[in-house]
Amino acid sequence: MTAIQVRGLRKSYGANEAVRGIDLDVEEGEVFGLLGPNGAGKTTTVEILEGYRSRSAGEVSVLGHDPAKTQRELKERIGVVLQETGVERYLTVTEVIDLYRGYYRKSRPVDDLLALTGLEAQRQQRVKTLSGGQKRRLDLALALAGDPELLFLDEPTTGFDPTARRGAWDVIRGLRELGKTVLLTTHYMDEAQVLADRVAVIVGGVIVAEGPPDNLAGSESATEIHFTLPPGTGADALPELASPAKAQVQGDSVLVTVADPTQVLNTLTGWALGRGLTLPDLTVTRPRLEDVYLELTKDTAAVAVAVAEEGAK
Amino acid sequence: MSDIAIAARQVKFEQKSFWRNPAAAVFTFAFPLMFLLIFGSLNSGQNIDTRGGISFVTFFVPGIAAFGLISACYTNIAMKMAISRDLGILKRIKGTPVPTWSYLAGQIGSSIVTTIEIITLTLGVGVLVYGVDFRWDTLPGLLLTVALGAACFCALGLAISGVCPNGDAAPAIVNFSVFPLIFVSGIFFPLDGAPSWLLSVAKLFPVQHLANGLQYAFDPRTAAPGVNGGDLAVLAVWIVIGSVLALRLFKWENER
Repeated sequence: MTAIQVRGLRKSYGANEAVRGIDLDVEEGEVFGLLGPNGAGKTTTVEILEGYRSRSAGEVSVLGHDPAKTQRELKERIGVVLQETGVERYLTVTEVIDLYRGYYRKSRPVDDLLALTGLEAQRQQRVKTLSGGQKRRLDLALALAGDPELLFLDEPTTGFDPTARRGAWDVIRGLRELGKTVLLTTHYMDEAQVLADRVAVIVGGVIVAEGPPDNLAGSESATEIHFTLPPGTGADALPELASPAKAQVQGDSVLVTVADPTQVLNTLTGWALGRGLTLPDLTVTRPRLEDVYLELTKDTAAVAVAVAEEGAK
Repeated sequence: MSDIAIAARQVKFEQKSFWRNPAAAVFTFAFPLMFLLIFGSLNSGQNIDTRGGISFVTFFVPGIAAFGLISACYTNIAMKMAISRDLGILKRIKGTPVPTWSYLAGQIGSSIVTTIEIITLTLGVGVLVYGVDFRWDTLPGLLLTVALGAACFCALGLAISGVCPNGDAAPAIVNFSVFPLIFVSGIFFPLDGAPSWLLSVAKLFPVQHLANGLQYAFDPRTAAPGVNGGDLAVLAVWIVIGSVLALRLFKWENER
């Protein structure tokens, strides 16, 4: 089953087109990461799916509903964690969770929500006395109050220290185990790499890449093979490599980039073993999501910075 | 849970929040009480010649009750909504299935509970400390005026919250929009000798009619049931105006 289906989504603010034709499919039970620089259209897209914004064009289906039309039915089944949202400051954690549970037809028990988000020790504390990380966990507890099938998390760990981030990741992994579908936006590539089953990179209002985080850039993404030349061996002694592979030699350090490393590794290791040599420091690395992301967004980095500065005004 | 039960539950939690927030509780209760004690003590024992020699407190105590109602409904709801919008609470509420009307009814209901408390307190002090004669025969007039006044000022409070660009600006905008009217509407002192243009202007707005409606019910010269149709009619018109303005101006998110 598809939890979210988006076709040709567009959104204009006056003359400025923030979202320029997005297609998206998120399957049930999947953790989907939406990545992109500031001002790329991430939040606009997510807020259209959540029912906060109208769209200019395109088709959107969230759990079989059009979020622009069936507001209440849909909101019974989704949970939303927004970027910057306060909570009633003078209520205790338990009270505010209880208040929000009352908004839904079915809800998770308070104790369950406190355990899931690690807020048991703060249950009697007033919201205004919570730390930033605790407030963020309360955001999540409130989003889960109605036991949603689909959860939107907009930058859920921004401002967390590393320990708190790991804690939040555990919570999100727990959601996957409960069978929830999660649409996550984030700035942190390690977060997307760890949590998401699939990611899409959105730049300038369009999706520029989509896929599992480990091979986002697809077949043309290059695997890198590093090694050091065996002592006493020159670069010219290296074997001929099959055509798409490219070898760069710097001093005695060799870097080979190739889409599929199987053949090249066989050639290299066969050559070395045949001569009784070893390839010191041999490593094979796939590009990390962060590298792919930076490559995809570098052209728009200048634009993104300008947009971010505009937003900060 | 039914939508009505959700609204009732919201009232319960809003009251809890209200009483734990020293700023809201002190401003709403301490101000009217302070004015009551200061003006009451300054003028007790005096009579108002332009009003057939009725005692000053008979005029002044219902006036302060009107002021309390405005604090509890208009000021309180406008500040609460502007600050809640600033904090993103309203946006979060929009992300839940709670019907708009249930949430806003919860806010209005909580203001009405506060209004009942503050009017009871004001009139109680008036009766016990200043010897105001509480008239049971004009109670219908008192209750009708309070009911229409609360509806009117809650609607206007929701509307003015939408005018505040953010929570920081709310106290200035909200107080500035109502205090001049409070002074020209015969709440703290009778305006029987004031220039007629000033009285005509004041009569266009609901503050004067709320105060007058309550004062009418307490005036010993008033016949039962103490209902002043003219004042109630103007309040009713302002309920409509306030509701239309609230629908047009109320915002769930700050403008970016």
